[in-house]
Amino acid sequence: MLKKRIIPCLDIKDGRVVKGVQFLELKDAGNPVELASFYSKNGADELVFLDISATLEKRKTLAEMVTQLSKEINIPFTVGGGIQSVDDARLLLQSGADKVSINSAAVLNPELITQISDAFGSQSLVVAIDIKKVENDWFVFIKGGTESTGILAIDWAKKVEKLGAGELLITSMNNDGSKNGFALEITNEISKAVSIPVIASGGAGNSQHFIDLFTKTEVSAGLAASIFHFNEVPISELKNILKTQNIPIR
Amino acid sequence: MIAIVKYNAGNITSVKNAIERLGYSCIVTDDETILKLAEKVIFPGVGEASSAMNYLKEKGLDEVIKNLKQPVLGICLGQQLMCQFSEEGNTECLGIFEATVKKFEPKLKVPHMGWNNISKLNSELYNGISADENFYFVHSFYAEISEETTAVCDYIVPFSASMQKDNFYATQFHPEKSSSVGERLLLNFLKL
Repeated sequence: MLKKRIIPCLDIKDGRVVKGVQFLELKDAGNPVELASFYSKNGADELVFLDISATLEKRKTLAEMVTQLSKEINIPFTVGGGIQSVDDARLLLQSGADKVSINSAAVLNPELITQISDAFGSQSLVVAIDIKKVENDWFVFIKGGTESTGILAIDWAKKVEKLGAGELLITSMNNDGSKNGFALEITNEISKAVSIPVIASGGAGNSQHFIDLFTKTEVSAGLAASIFHFNEVPISELKNILKTQNIPIR
Repeated sequence: MIAIVKYNAGNITSVKNAIERLGYSCIVTDDETILKLAEKVIFPGVGEASSAMNYLKEKGLDEVIKNLKQPVLGICLGQQLMCQFSEEGNTECLGIFEATVKKFEPKLKVPHMGWNNISKLNSELYNGISADENFYFVHSFYAEISEETTAVCDYIVPFSASMQKDNFYATQFHPEKSSSVGERLLLNFLKL
């Protein structure tokens, strides 16, 4: 049986791991290669690296980090942040990333989804979608959650699937940093609307939140950052708890 | 020397890194002579079947791979290309294995992405690997069960998680991405 995946997310700035609380305050939480290898030894199923400093001059540094990561870790990892073109994606994939993730760039230039997917296969492309509830509807936000696009989350999810995305990473801005649990309903709704795997992100604060995610929704994976970085919920412990709930876990 | 077949399918870097982590040196090459002389050959692959086969044919690598005598390990698309025919782009493949490669009916999420357990393990590649271990898969097409099947994975339908015929070995999953259990499998292959 296919297992539900637990994915620590490492936000990278200037080569260090940081975690934004509601994306505004940043805390230093360690060296990316060390942390990655720690997580992979402790049962992480996959890793996601988001470079929040990604500017032109930083991109080469990011590729070097990816090269180091690929040498050290033996589980799949995704790299995102500042990817604007097929060439940007190629550099990271050739450096050893298994998948790249695009967010704002996909909204601003939807063709990029098809271009990357055609060049490297849909399995290499994760489209990250930041969503926020405004009154009764969930909308897509870009640029780190600062700018509304006016596009409904469900519509965008269906569109990116059609354009060639291999997977979706859905982050609820309302939940992110709250540690009050994932946005279960909308994430499940999105997952049901598409046939590609969906990763839920934003709001994980304890193991019950992962139990809820995997028993109340059909999503494929749960992503979290600070609870893992500060060892509030060790991954191996979390996975044992999930197993006792008969959730399929590696 | 371990040779990794260089062609237009990624992610070859991960395979190379995994081999080197295990203490073996390897070369990524499309040179016929080096491939023929290598102790072991790894045929990796992530990508689309018809463009990969076209590329192999252009370079004459299709004949080279089919006629290799040393142990060869196909990974992911590599396994699919070692079969007879793939529904992906209606592609005539290398024909090393008799199985046909089909597209998953989207009854569950496709691609089949993530960790899954395999059963009916029947190959020396699984020495020291227990039946309940999980491997990392990412694919939308699968090789049917055939006489060459050496392990079965069940996702939407039971399919060939791995295959073997003479000196040709193949896995649908990515051993290079399957943590320590994947490294064990690679090591078993490298020690053949």
